[in-house]
Amino acid sequence: MTPTLAPSSRVQLTEDGKLRHFLTTEHLPRSLLEDILDTAASFVDVGGRSIKKVPLLRGKTVVNLFFESSTRTRSTFELAAQRLSADVLNLDIAKSATSKGETLLDTLRNLEAMAADMFVVRHQDSGAPFFIANEVTPNVAVINAGDGRHAHPTQAMLDMYTIRHYKGGFEGLKVAIVGDILHSRVARSQVHALNTLGAEEVRLIGPKTLLPVDAEALGATVFTDMAHGLKDVDVVIMLRLQKERMDSALLPSEGEFFRLYGLNNEKLHYAKEDAIVMHPGPINRGVEIASEVADGPRSVILNQVTFGIAVRMAVMSMTISGQDSAPAGGAAHGS
Amino acid sequence: MAAKAHILIRKGRVIDPASGRDDVADLLIENGRLIRIGASLDAPGADIIEAEGHWVLPGLVDACVHLSLPGSGRAGDIASETRAAAAGGITHLAAQPDCGPVDSTAVVRLIREQAGQAGFARILPIAAMTQGLKGEQLAEMATLAKAGCIAVGNAGGKVADALVLKRCLEYAATFDLPVMFRPQDAALGAGGCAHEGPVATRLGLPGIPAVAESVDLSRDLLLVEATGVRAHFQQISSRESLRLLRAAKKRGLPVTADVSIQHLLLDESALEGFNSHCHVIPPLRSSDDREALLEAVADGTIDAICSQHTPVGSSSKAAPFPATKPGMAGVDTLLSLVLGLVEDGKLELPRALDAVTAAPARCLGIQAGQLETGRLASLCVLDARAEKDYGEQWLSAGNNSPWRRSVLKGSVKLTVCQGKVSWLTD
Repeated sequence: MTPTLAPSSRVQLTEDGKLRHFLTTEHLPRSLLEDILDTAASFVDVGGRSIKKVPLLRGKTVVNLFFESSTRTRSTFELAAQRLSADVLNLDIAKSATSKGETLLDTLRNLEAMAADMFVVRHQDSGAPFFIANEVTPNVAVINAGDGRHAHPTQAMLDMYTIRHYKGGFEGLKVAIVGDILHSRVARSQVHALNTLGAEEVRLIGPKTLLPVDAEALGATVFTDMAHGLKDVDVVIMLRLQKERMDSALLPSEGEFFRLYGLNNEKLHYAKEDAIVMHPGPINRGVEIASEVADGPRSVILNQVTFGIAVRMAVMSMTISGQDSAPAGGAAHGS
Repeated sequence: MAAKAHILIRKGRVIDPASGRDDVADLLIENGRLIRIGASLDAPGADIIEAEGHWVLPGLVDACVHLSLPGSGRAGDIASETRAAAAGGITHLAAQPDCGPVDSTAVVRLIREQAGQAGFARILPIAAMTQGLKGEQLAEMATLAKAGCIAVGNAGGKVADALVLKRCLEYAATFDLPVMFRPQDAALGAGGCAHEGPVATRLGLPGIPAVAESVDLSRDLLLVEATGVRAHFQQISSRESLRLLRAAKKRGLPVTADVSIQHLLLDESALEGFNSHCHVIPPLRSSDDREALLEAVADGTIDAICSQHTPVGSSSKAAPFPATKPGMAGVDTLLSLVLGLVEDGKLELPRALDAVTAAPARCLGIQAGQLETGRLASLCVLDARAEKDYGEQWLSAGNNSPWRRSVLKGSVKLTVCQGKVSWLTD
């Protein structure tokens, strides 16, 4: 009697297991996540060539559909698409224009009429890329560039690439994610990816106001104390703290947050000596991370940005390939 | 068939939870009144309904529906939704005051006129407890009751000021008007669209904690005790609320409660894949809460099962989950889904049927939900073994149900509402 629902993997994958859309890292097989990292590795040196282009998406049209502004993420997707030789259309759509479902659908239908091959979607509502993926016509790929508090899978995969680059793999790794877990789509995607790729332990660290209930159900260990949470970890991922958290009674002040959860050299001492420090950017210096750490020898923050373009190129090329292999009319509609 | 018909229903299994009756018998309706229930009745000239192998039940009483009136933002109208209700064996529907709001006699008159003209089911309007449902100034409760409202309530609109609420309850108690509560603390639930639990955490959906309901329920119960008003709590969803209700009933407070059928059948896991049909308020809670609700229906802590029918068009659900309109259409499937609980061994048949017939009538303080001779007949005849395809036979204008294209057991063949045939299949 319980209604049957479409799991996320059915929406994301073609019948033969290829990546059709990229909406979340959850429920994707390890081999596919590794494929993304391997494919990204093949694109890393493209940026260093005199002609920074490969022809994989030549003749394809990529639409950056940003319902929530993000210059940095949009720019990296734009650059990734251009390096794959795609034509790119950037659309920043004000929230007010899409506050009703009808308008979002109308927007979608209009864009489809322009014969787009791929939508890169950022939206303030969790699940928006799922909704779009279920509504688009076949042979249009949807890539999630961040939805609400739900997922930011390309950011997570570029972080995985960075970790693999510096640590050689994931087996035996202890990874701490610190800060505003509650509102972080990045953290959720990171936890799923790390668990799938075989990390030994994923830790979430923050005050209870910034930890979601049942956070353990994500597949992580929860800490409220930095000394315990950072002990012997191999990777420290700091999250960005939005200023409005102070106004919504989640935190008393930036100062107290930094004293308790901000990463400085003293707190970094709890981690392993060769631990790396990551941050999705942009950094709030003196709020979630001290300059001495952000600019220090263990910081790999700027490398994350470089790797991010290669990872997005990988995901774009793989989803287009998945689209091409999907049978016509084979949209995997959810409920 | 003619209005106020003469009807002889023959050899059906007559189940009337109010009287404890469960036997094969004939029923005779003359001039709309249920005249006799007995063996081998004879009625020359009456329309004969052969009900052998079928069940004859009191017309269902749905304690919580949301009406579709112009401006309510819901799909359909009173005619379409009461027709869907009649096809589901429902004869009486208590309607929330959030369609207008119902704070003037003109709106009450409009509802009654439209329901009367349609003639499919009786609408029992609940009046707004405060003007405009704003929670600030008392509505004209006595006048609205005189116009036909059976109770007062504020639907989802909260009365945040405890003093204003106390005065509302005192005023309602003056006229012995039952007060309908839908507990949810506005601040604790603000911005939320899913149960605060592991599924919402994974999907990144803003949560509504179970304590949002029990905090508000605690305040309401204390004020009910202080004022002595009759109270009915609607759409209870959490285990903790049940603990409070049990204690209140044990203390002898005049309180009753209902739960929606979807909260008995579904839990937070139904949101997987961002299924917007399962976006309801209060949210579908944990499996532990669901089990507790089933136990509470079984032991009578929860008196009634309602549909919480909220018909919205497909466009209102065609959006990212948090941006969709909450609510589920439910009058079509209420009876089939309740019988499904029986088939799954979750509820005994008499209690399950009581929860959709006599019990809600008691909660609402109305004469309905039982097969009582001498009164206008309100009943339905059900083929409990038949299967009904809710893709082909969906009548509500609201497309918003996860069972919208399901095949469920139980098909209503005849519904008689207050002596008039309101639904009849071949």
